[in-house]
Amino acid sequence: MSQVLVVTSGKGGVGKTTSTAAIGAALAMSGQRVAVVDFDVGLRNLDLVMGAERRVVYDLINVVQGEAKLQQALIRDKRLDTLYVLPASQTRDKDALTEEGVARVMEELRSHFDWVVCDSPAGIERGAMLAMRHADVAIVVTNPEVSSVRDSDRIIGMLDSKTLKAEKGEYMEKHLLLTRYDATRAERGQMLKVEDVLEILSIPLLGIIPESEAVLNASNVGCPVTLVDSDSAPARAYLDAARRLEGENIPMVVPSERRGGLISKLFGRRAA
Amino acid sequence: MLAPELPLADWLAELDKLSKRSEGYFASRPVILDVTGLAITKRDFAELIAMLYEREIKVMGVEGADPSWLGFGMPPSVSGGKQTEILHKPSAEPPKPQQSFADRAIPSLLIETPVRSGQSIIFPQGDVTVVGSVASGAEIIAGNSIHIYGTLRGRAIAGSTGNAAARIFCQKFEAELIAIDGLYQTADDLDASLRGRPIQAWLENDKMNMAALA
Repeated sequence: MSQVLVVTSGKGGVGKTTSTAAIGAALAMSGQRVAVVDFDVGLRNLDLVMGAERRVVYDLINVVQGEAKLQQALIRDKRLDTLYVLPASQTRDKDALTEEGVARVMEELRSHFDWVVCDSPAGIERGAMLAMRHADVAIVVTNPEVSSVRDSDRIIGMLDSKTLKAEKGEYMEKHLLLTRYDATRAERGQMLKVEDVLEILSIPLLGIIPESEAVLNASNVGCPVTLVDSDSAPARAYLDAARRLEGENIPMVVPSERRGGLISKLFGRRAA
Repeated sequence: MLAPELPLADWLAELDKLSKRSEGYFASRPVILDVTGLAITKRDFAELIAMLYEREIKVMGVEGADPSWLGFGMPPSVSGGKQTEILHKPSAEPPKPQQSFADRAIPSLLIETPVRSGQSIIFPQGDVTVVGSVASGAEIIAGNSIHIYGTLRGRAIAGSTGNAAARIFCQKFEAELIAIDGLYQTADDLDASLRGRPIQAWLENDKMNMAALA
């Protein structure tokens, strides 16, 4: 059965797009058919992170407004043939998204894919509302920092009231994905601890993604971190999160970088 | 006392803004409508009364109205705060039956989910009980007392309809602001030693009092 997953946060810059790409790729790696959809009309980024920016012809707005067919706008990933990107439009704004149009596109995506992963824009306006509207499951991306936590709380309230599922009186499944986590800084009290965030938001934890250079590198080369550097700490954390999303029971650990090979012993410190 | 101004539509819009700002302001207040010198017709007047009724504003009397406007179903005419018409002597009516306990019980609202940032729970009729936390940026506004079985991080505004006897109770106190009957204190004004503890807050001689519960 196909599932629509929204990746949302309220606050910008916490890692929604990175997480959409990483989780979308992780789900596709197990052979499932996955579409990642960019709802950030006007500020599209998902195509860059997925490395599809040079193949964009039609976009979500064209499909929503009936100017192009869904098949024309979907871009197949070069590395995984079950992974597709539906880019947003950079030249339009969020008002171009119509309620009926989005409903039709989501329905069509559902019939073709096992997972439809929607990358929500920041904020609580039209774009964010339409991205979450049709979701069955939500991932709330949060940084261990007070403003991000409060914004996430606001978004959780909206997931519980403004989605189709909530309006039908059904339970909206929500998961917390804590990103840019630095265990040492949390220990020193420079960052909120995992328990504090969980206590405030009171939704189940899907994963803890450590702060890492691998994430930045991945977006620079235009490839989800789970594909380009699947052995890195954040990639392993995303892969675990994707498996938990499918209902597997995996113990929660914060992956750390693997160090201590011969090379790093030889070149452990750079001379001044 | 409400003194409408022309045009009535603008005046009503202004009134809506006011009652939106302080929910329940008119809930249990007798209102006298002063239309002295207002150039309106009988029909305008009847419409005005209906519009106010829609807003749950109960007009108890009208001042300065043309006597021909008033009639059956209209509020009685008053002037200078005293009723001008002769009161009907109450006929030998049978005493009203005693109200049952259920009728007299103060209404209360029970919320069993966390109150999220940006949500506003407004219940001017009575108590609000939350089984869960109230997030930073959320607010509870109750006509009577507020009970929170969880952490209060947002705002709690009790006694919003002018009830100084209302209290605020919470299991863990981290509030941004608390208010009772319009008297408020922000987090900065509040005793830091009570942070993170179960507390109650109440008014005494127009002063906010707070004490730990355990």
